[in-house]
Amino acid sequence: MDILIVGLSHKTAPVEVREKVSFSGDSLTEGLKALTNCPHVSEVLIVSTCNRVEIYSGVMKSCIDGAREEIADFLSKFHDVPRDQLDPHLYMKSGEEAVKHIFRVSSSLDSMMVGEPQILGQVKDAYNCATHAHVTGNILNRLLHKAFSVAKRVRTETRIATSAVSISFAAVELARKIFGDLAGKTIMLIGAGEMAELAARHLMANGVEHILVVNRTLKKAEALAEEFRGSAVSLEEMENHLDMADIVISSTGAPTTLIDKKMVQGVIRRRKHRPMFFIDIAVPRDIDPAVNQVENVYAYDIDDLEEVVKANIKTRGKEAARAEEIVIQEVKQFHDWMLSRDVFPTIVTLRAWAEDVRRSELEKTMKKMEDLSAADRKRIEAMTEAILNKILHRPIVSIKHASHSPDGGKFLEAAREMFGLKE
Amino acid sequence: MMDAVLFGVALFFLFIAFLHYLLFLVYQNPVVPRVARYSLYLTLAAQTGIFIDRFARGGVPLGTNMYESLMFFSWCIIIVYLLITTRYNVPVAGAFVIPISFMLMAAAAFLPDKGITELSPALKSYWLPIHVSFSFMGDALFAMAFGSGIMYLIQERQLKRKRPGVFYYRLPSLEVLDAINYRALTIGFPLLTMGIITGSIWAQYAWGAYWSWDPKETWSLITWFIFAALLHTRLTIGWRGRKAAILVIIGFLAVLFTFLGVNLLLSGLHSYN
Repeated sequence: MDILIVGLSHKTAPVEVREKVSFSGDSLTEGLKALTNCPHVSEVLIVSTCNRVEIYSGVMKSCIDGAREEIADFLSKFHDVPRDQLDPHLYMKSGEEAVKHIFRVSSSLDSMMVGEPQILGQVKDAYNCATHAHVTGNILNRLLHKAFSVAKRVRTETRIATSAVSISFAAVELARKIFGDLAGKTIMLIGAGEMAELAARHLMANGVEHILVVNRTLKKAEALAEEFRGSAVSLEEMENHLDMADIVISSTGAPTTLIDKKMVQGVIRRRKHRPMFFIDIAVPRDIDPAVNQVENVYAYDIDDLEEVVKANIKTRGKEAARAEEIVIQEVKQFHDWMLSRDVFPTIVTLRAWAEDVRRSELEKTMKKMEDLSAADRKRIEAMTEAILNKILHRPIVSIKHASHSPDGGKFLEAAREMFGLKE
Repeated sequence: MMDAVLFGVALFFLFIAFLHYLLFLVYQNPVVPRVARYSLYLTLAAQTGIFIDRFARGGVPLGTNMYESLMFFSWCIIIVYLLITTRYNVPVAGAFVIPISFMLMAAAAFLPDKGITELSPALKSYWLPIHVSFSFMGDALFAMAFGSGIMYLIQERQLKRKRPGVFYYRLPSLEVLDAINYRALTIGFPLLTMGIITGSIWAQYAWGAYWSWDPKETWSLITWFIFAALLHTRLTIGWRGRKAAILVIIGFLAVLFTFLGVNLLLSGLHSYN
């Protein structure tokens, strides 16, 4: 058995092509059923996300070329896209390369945004859908479970997915580095703006419970406060409420700063020095950068957040390199397992074939030598067995070793070819 | 003989733990701190074995000489670290605390006198292990607070400078570090206080005076005042974070001086001989 991937992704196909061949819900189940009708395909699974459409399949080694054509034809017919439009974007991978690809996809190394967490869930969904349709078997089951455990290893042993790569997530990450658990914390949102609201939403999704909304016009503040289920504060009252806020997000159109060092020094004393985190998204800035000098106060403006994101992206790159190493190790292990699956049947069929030859030749000879004593018959039989074992010893040892060598697959194929064995 | 073998085992596994905690700073594999933790268990087992062996051979095995004291202090730090790290789930703290424990054991290895010290009848009393246990447990909590203080200062600097470096990703949040600092202080301070009180009771029995301004007594009082000040400012005006971290570091240096410096540099009733 071998693994075959036919598919396309953001790396080979523009969105216009990807959207034409994507599967969803019912069409996915339908597609799986259609694929099982392909004579060369034994097991199958479809991964379809906005960035990729890939068909993973388990096929007989001898059927790879046939299966490849069948799957490509299926994609073309199912989605009504002619092959000549599809083929330039399609890639096909088999063997070790296919295993590696599936491990990389699940570990989010092949994603557009390396390390993004959604892909693993999407692959899991695709796998569940295929198991419900009863179209997976031994090979894909083992492969996908391995892929999930590789993804888990990558997640726990590298920090590929832990650092934020957008401004609003970077703000959440910083808040967690300052406050740890965000439960029970309070945000003050000054002004409105898409990015500020997004940051506030992310913070609330991460456990922040209370929000104070400040606006020049109280009406606007009230409207926004209602949306966030918080309370509204007028701009004049802002300073009086500032000590309640652990995190302050500011994005007003004010031409001068609203919050200065002196104000924060007073506030922090009222807070008994409990830390504060200021996020200034406004340009020109709402918060005097000198605020950062106050003890237990951390003030970040938009450029600072940008720097943090840059540093995060850089570490993601380094972590990705380590993740690739993990993938390579795991691919090697899986490859060995695949080979060992082939090794045992090959040895059994080789032995069975040789035994057949021995038996039939022995019978022929014995028929002609009927006057032999029982003891002599035994002796001749033992001799034929000994010849067989001596001749087969070396090839069988070599076949067993094949499962540990990188070219083992080719070796096994050659052995089967030489002795005329069927898979 | 038994003593030397167990000591070798303890030192070896403590070294393994120490290396793995440092490795964990570089290589974020969850297996690494697990190896370190199991090594610490083995270290503790070997050290405990030494104490039991010494007790069986008729000594009061805690703190009758420098060798025992260093080893017991090291043992206390491991216990405290394991408890704290279970509570707060911060294995990375091992890189800042376990080296202290290791250095104490390494220092013990270089001592010429590793035997059991026969105490004079005046000193032979159960007040000794009680006094020593309170003092070293308190000191171990301050060692933990010291480690979290160092981590706090590093993490704080990263956050203030707004340029996330290696430690930004690896160290826990400021809140957790400050909480460890505070927790260690609130447990360590009463223990230190009890250490001083039980010590003076023992002194009354042994030397006939509760307090005799022996250098060790003086320095432990200084240490006590540093931590009392820290606790006071924290509870009243809310000194926390960086200031608390710096004070706790100073406090632990005073602890080390009280324990080692006094014995090495000054002479008095507490000197081992």
